[in-house]
Amino acid sequence: MTIALFVFYVFALVTTASAVMVIAARNPVHSVLFLILAFVSSAGLFVLLGAEFLAMVLVVVYVGAVAVLFLFVVMMLDIDFVQLREGFLQYLPVGALVGLVLLVELALVFGTQAVETAAVDMPPTAPPGVTNTEALGSLLYTRYFYLFQTAGAILLVAIVGAITLTLRHRPDAKRQDISRQVHRRPSDTLEVRKVRPRSGI
Amino acid sequence: MLGSGFDLSPALPEAFLFVAGLALLAVAAWRERQANGFTLPLVALSFLVAALLLLGRDPTPTLAFDGHFVADGFANFVKVLILLAAAGSLLLAPAWLSDEGVERFEFPLLALFSTLGMAMMVSANSLLALYMALELHSLPLYVLAAFKRDEIRATEAGLKYFVLGALASGLLLYGCSLVYGFTGTLRFDVLASTFAGKGGAVLPLGAIVGLVFVVAGLAFKLAAVPFHMWTPDVYEGAPTPVTAFLTAAPKLAAFALLLRLLFQPFATYVDEWQQVVILVAVASMLLGAFAAIGQSNIKRLMAYSSIGHVGYALVGVAAGTGEGVHAVLVYLGIYLVMSIGTFGCILMMRRQGRYVEAIQDLAGLSRSRPLMALALALFMFSLAGIPPLAGFFGKLYVFLAAIRADLVWLAVVGVLTSVIGAFYYLRIVKIMYFDEPAESFDPLPRPGLGLVVAATAVLVAGFPLLPGPLVESAQAAARSLLGS
Repeated sequence: MTIALFVFYVFALVTTASAVMVIAARNPVHSVLFLILAFVSSAGLFVLLGAEFLAMVLVVVYVGAVAVLFLFVVMMLDIDFVQLREGFLQYLPVGALVGLVLLVELALVFGTQAVETAAVDMPPTAPPGVTNTEALGSLLYTRYFYLFQTAGAILLVAIVGAITLTLRHRPDAKRQDISRQVHRRPSDTLEVRKVRPRSGI
Repeated sequence: MLGSGFDLSPALPEAFLFVAGLALLAVAAWRERQANGFTLPLVALSFLVAALLLLGRDPTPTLAFDGHFVADGFANFVKVLILLAAAGSLLLAPAWLSDEGVERFEFPLLALFSTLGMAMMVSANSLLALYMALELHSLPLYVLAAFKRDEIRATEAGLKYFVLGALASGLLLYGCSLVYGFTGTLRFDVLASTFAGKGGAVLPLGAIVGLVFVVAGLAFKLAAVPFHMWTPDVYEGAPTPVTAFLTAAPKLAAFALLLRLLFQPFATYVDEWQQVVILVAVASMLLGAFAAIGQSNIKRLMAYSSIGHVGYALVGVAAGTGEGVHAVLVYLGIYLVMSIGTFGCILMMRRQGRYVEAIQDLAGLSRSRPLMALALALFMFSLAGIPPLAGFFGKLYVFLAAIRADLVWLAVVGVLTSVIGAFYYLRIVKIMYFDEPAESFDPLPRPGLGLVVAATAVLVAGFPLLPGPLVESAQAAARSLLGS
């Protein structure tokens, strides 16, 4: 038990520290690298919780795809991040004050009463012998089927929207049209000429 | 394997729309050139088919998909109105799209998916379904607002709409998570029975905060004051057919969602949300009346006018009674018709091949285009609430509901602001009938626009002769929502 606790604190500490570094690092590439570290250590936290499927998804989707995409964007866009950051110190006191007031207010609202769940108990955990992936899958495709399909429709709309707003057909681009190639006949393009010796065409 | 949760039949119209959208998308992707022309009429047709599927349905509440979806009389009524409004505002678009050279099949398809999202909003029976449907409805609208991507005003409108819409979604989700955390359930019917079982005990503070956040997020979608900042810019910058689409069906869907949330799970806590709704209603009516006075662009004027009309409809919500719900439904049903008709007239404002939007461009319209001037004058009188026309009856029902709920002062504020608002509607009539004529508009290229405007004008003028269908079915819908 103590080992698990120790590992938890290590992962939690690394996650928090690297999350701070994401916004504190001067170099945007370093920020993205710290973001990856934060993702990986949160995946470790998921493993400790017994949610190994979520841990895998976090590594595959967020580290493998999202973070790499961020890295591409950061490296390809020519943004002067130092300039963007210039007003940071100037706004810091007011921003910190507003944040502090919000925090105190929220603490006042929620601290005064214990959280009570009124209707049903906490969601049941999976019975033994059912793996994480299986449990999630059977929930997504049965109880939450409707929401799952809606999420799919939203993603479809996102693709259609992105294509609508950005795709430009370029008439000068040379594209392969296989059916045109197959239907080409020699008589359309070839011309047979008789060439006399020593006179050219 | 498949339990009772997989009965598709309550969601048949939605399933039909979804499949129709996918099929049209697949066809259009392969036959792009031909599809640009035929997709829009087919989408409008599928709206009408879905509305027909809804007409004969049993109004008893049926749950589907493990309680995330509910089909009842209220949902059926609102969905029919939404589908008709979406079809009507879509039919305004073809002439504009081809004139501006953006006749592309994505336009009607995005409208179809947005309308599908609206229908799902109306039937949402859990906090998660509410959020997902809301996103499915708003994401296509952001794209549509920026549809004319080479024009800076349109892209600005799309971006503004997107950023503020994302902020509203954040507020809404935060509220949903608080309500879930303090009650332990996502489903509306379980929430309602839990609250009823507690017998009027005090709502946990966290759930109240959550409810306020959810209402604020919905007020963003409704463009009610103080969450209206995006409206004038988006309405002015977005392509005119998109603005016509935005003012009609989405407003009704957001209202239906608000009504279901407040009158089903939170019905026992009227006192908790009534003051919020009253505040938003008064602020919207005042801003709608005063801010529109100085406008010179007719789309911007319609944006402020829509804010005011949302305020009047919220008066009915604030009443907190079944009569109030009935009034809201009648009001919105009438408002849809007036707003589609007005935007039809705005889309006729075309001079030498270019669309114009200034109010002064209407000068002397009564002499060059008497029929169009007559229709626009009818809509303006109706929007102002002048007696024999439909708009008057909408306001009458709303204010009566407020008076019967002992909110006389709220009705008085409503009457006063509509008198102030009448000024700018009547100014348009004055410009059309008494000012020196400007250059006349181009003749109409296609009959579709004229037909929609004529139909809406007849509805607005003929409502007092035959109010029965709308008023009675709205009454049945209100009864179904309140479960009595």
